[in-house]
Amino acid sequence: MHSGNVSSSDPPEVTGTVRLHLLALLAKEPAHGYELKLALEQTFGDAYPSPNIGQIYVTLKRLEQDGLVRSQDVEQSTRPNKRVYELTPAGKDTLVSWVDEPSDGPRVRDDFFTKLILAPMAGLADRMELINRQRRHYLGIMRNLTGLQASTDREDAPARLLIEGAVLHLQADLDWLERCQEELV
Amino acid sequence: MSEPKGAALPGLRSEATREGNASWRPEASEPGNRASEQATLRARGLAKVYRNDGVSVEAVRGVDIEVGIGEFVAIMGPSGSGKSTLLHVLGGLEPASRGELWLRGQRVDQLSKSAWAILRRKHVGFVFQFFNLLSNMTVADNVELPALLAGASPRQARRRREELLGELGLGDKATAAPARLSGGEQQRVALARALANEPSLLLADEPTGNLDSTNTRDVLRLLQRTHDRGQAILLVTHDARVASRADRVIHLFDGMVADDSPVMRIPRPVNGVRDMLELRG
Repeated sequence: MHSGNVSSSDPPEVTGTVRLHLLALLAKEPAHGYELKLALEQTFGDAYPSPNIGQIYVTLKRLEQDGLVRSQDVEQSTRPNKRVYELTPAGKDTLVSWVDEPSDGPRVRDDFFTKLILAPMAGLADRMELINRQRRHYLGIMRNLTGLQASTDREDAPARLLIEGAVLHLQADLDWLERCQEELV
Repeated sequence: MSEPKGAALPGLRSEATREGNASWRPEASEPGNRASEQATLRARGLAKVYRNDGVSVEAVRGVDIEVGIGEFVAIMGPSGSGKSTLLHVLGGLEPASRGELWLRGQRVDQLSKSAWAILRRKHVGFVFQFFNLLSNMTVADNVELPALLAGASPRQARRRREELLGELGLGDKATAAPARLSGGEQQRVALARALANEPSLLLADEPTGNLDSTNTRDVLRLLQRTHDRGQAILLVTHDARVASRADRVIHLFDGMVADDSPVMRIPRPVNGVRDMLELRG
């Protein structure tokens, strides 16, 4: 997904990340910015990288410029007007194609792998040493993840599943490290 | 066992070669009596050779290992690296081909089989990947047996069993046959049995190898509790979740120690999941 009118001063990843999530929430019902922020927090629990309200307003404005949402002001008696957003047919199409498309798999740790291949060639490090160091680092991260797992609310399914995903990926990284060791050391 | 030195005295260790073991921590290998006396388990130059039809395979090739009092140590390594064999030799389940072995400061590799067995019964608990419960006995009998063998009265054994099963959430399974229990429950019974004599050392071979992630978490919690009570743990695992809870991880490769290092303590971000994991859109 590319947003049409990202000016150079905006961090592009912000809009890229939140855009589709906002479209998905708006597919359920029209909402204003603050409601969307709350909905994201409630849906993902602790697992979501807490979006700030400013990012959400900026993203909504972009979505509107791209014709994916439209908005109207709704009068409130005691407070200033609020702007309520709803999905357009084009927005719906964008959302559907995102949902229908398989997501990218995680990429192999190519930074470590290139180090592993190149550093010994350059006479800079021994492969066993590199592998041991990397493994220690992974185990340190794993320790944090399992600690986090123990302290995460069992009711918070999205957070629990995300941690479990990270744990499984890390286990695969460690298994792969072992394979590298078997073949290269 | 090779050297008939006769002495149950630790501390006779020579400055052994450490090649291929770049990351050995010098503070742990400081020669001298003190460190050895403080070790629950210690091995020097341990080797295990299997002979089959004239072909000999050296599964463990000169391993030095030390588990401090109350220390939690994990052994990792690819399959075929000799980790299970090493654990079995350390626990006296199989004789070593070479090397010296001390349990709580006492040289054990030169003891008679029965003398070692008595010592082991008192001080060492075992947990295996496939639980190894006695299928023709109830859960309660399985857990009481080690205490009875070690000379406890039936009443003491029963009290200890009730305590352990209660603590592991299995109080209502006492009269069941092991086969009626789920894998996770059987492993908890196996843990209860291993802990029946309050051993100073728990040896575990892939204790979560057959468990799903919920049961793995339960077993991890129990191991943590055992560790917190000051009992030493030495376990073989492929599961990094389990290994990461240890104080130290030894990596075995080709029957030798390739790495031996404390588990890194990386400062944990304050906001937990949110800071550690990033959802990508």
